[in-house]
Amino acid sequence: MIEIEALTKDYLELTVVDRVSLTVADGEIAVIVGTSGSGKTTLLRMINRLIEPTSGTVKIDGQDTRAVPAFELRRRIGYAIQGHGLFPHRTVGQNIATVPTLLGWDKAKIAARVDELLELFQLPAAEFRDRMPSELSGGQQQRVGVARALAAEPKLLLMDEPFGALDPIIRAKAQSDLLAIQKRFGTTIVLVTHDMEEAIHLGTRIAVMDKGKLLQYAPPDEIIARPATPFVAELIGTGERPFRLLSLGKVRDLVEPGPAQGEPISADASLRDAYAECLWTGREMLPVVDADGTSIGRIRRDDIAHRAERPQ
Amino acid sequence: MKPGLIIRLVVLALLVAFIITPTSFAWVFQPLTRNSQPAIYTQNSLLNLTVSHLSIVAIATIASTLLAVGLAILVTRPFGAEFLPLSRSLANIGQTFPPVAVLALAVPVLGFGTAPTLVALFLYGLLPIFENALTGLTTLPPAVTEAARGVGMTDRQRLLGVELPLATPVILAGIRLSVVISVATATIGSTVAASTLGEVIIAGLLSNNIAFIAQGGLVVGVMAVLIYDALSALERTLMQRTGQRRLRS
Repeated sequence: MIEIEALTKDYLELTVVDRVSLTVADGEIAVIVGTSGSGKTTLLRMINRLIEPTSGTVKIDGQDTRAVPAFELRRRIGYAIQGHGLFPHRTVGQNIATVPTLLGWDKAKIAARVDELLELFQLPAAEFRDRMPSELSGGQQQRVGVARALAAEPKLLLMDEPFGALDPIIRAKAQSDLLAIQKRFGTTIVLVTHDMEEAIHLGTRIAVMDKGKLLQYAPPDEIIARPATPFVAELIGTGERPFRLLSLGKVRDLVEPGPAQGEPISADASLRDAYAECLWTGREMLPVVDADGTSIGRIRRDDIAHRAERPQ
Repeated sequence: MKPGLIIRLVVLALLVAFIITPTSFAWVFQPLTRNSQPAIYTQNSLLNLTVSHLSIVAIATIASTLLAVGLAILVTRPFGAEFLPLSRSLANIGQTFPPVAVLALAVPVLGFGTAPTLVALFLYGLLPIFENALTGLTTLPPAVTEAARGVGMTDRQRLLGVELPLATPVILAGIRLSVVISVATATIGSTVAASTLGEVIIAGLLSNNIAFIAQGGLVVGVMAVLIYDALSALERTLMQRTGQRRLRS
């Protein structure tokens, strides 16, 4: 658990982060979203003390982060950034092994961990372990960057626009990989982005920041339904609200028994995708299949539309 | 084998052969002599002069590398950052100071011999290395230095494990410049009685023997070119090994 209490950063006259308090529970994905200059990256970097706060405290599992030397603190916290920041003179394997090596793990354990992570990120270890970062594609570099951040099994992972440099298709893949890995390890994640779409997709809680202040910190559906300020509403985009709401739900939630015509949709697809499919193919309902392809019923367009209404 | 490499090896072989047995090349320099002057300088062994010449250059360069890189590291640390602009302008001013002037100023203090030459080469060699080391250490990719801090490296681990390895090719380029300048400049050392290949050239100038001037100049020139070439190749290898340039396939 991370408890941030009245955290403030001043640069001379300028207050970049202004008395921000928020708590992230274990296993949550807290997404800090805001425009550039909102102080979101500064807030993130104060958690692992890459920036020292002017005042306020950060506690991780009850311990003040100032109780240990900064470099020791950082070894316990995963850190992934935009543009991956891989060490160009070290192989992929050596990059991933960075933190375990700093922590003095024995060689066999490090090698096993490196291979495990490479496989987890769909980069066959035998093929990728000894390559140099410059020989990888952007998407592969980004995955190695996240693998490096996770290498020492941190309970907390900080990510600063980790997918910012990726094209939309690879980004969607990287996002779903992150969700799968988060589910598997139960890692608590604090992620910074300027993209509300990404925030809603990834976050279990969203913190909206503007001009150094925390405007709202709530689960995505609440942010969409009840934006605390006009700025939050603007960031969501009023015209987008019903669709953002739909993107939070899964087809599985609205499945009912019965037959339907045409191409089926996966139970794990978002309601937004299902609605788009209904509109595009002009169908009133879609057949729904499970991950293994077995039919589990159907979903109605009207039910989906009803879900897109403003929550009471 | 590539033609470029063959040419380099042939030139190197000729140079070594000439340094070891200069008299067997007398026929080459004979046409440059007048009034039955000797074609080959024999008062001092060419091999000894070359070894001494290169040793002086090596000692001066190693010393200036240690000091210049050390200073560059100091002024790029947080506690030395205040000195960065000052040291930069000093380096720029120093670059405009000719080595002959250093030599002239050093002799009254250090006397004749090898010492003033070492000092001149050392001082003049400092500047390109310092400037390049600064460039190398201050132009590292920001994401990489950020990541190095973010993973929890100590200042020392960052310097030795990330910053210096990545800056090495750029530092080496500075050393290359400095070595080449020194190889040429060391000849001037013979005017203050240092034992370098300049002795051959000066003997030629004094006795108006063009053959001496040519052989002294040629040996120094060819050595400078070969050293420049070898260090450039080393730089390219390091660049590739540190992944800073895509491998050409």
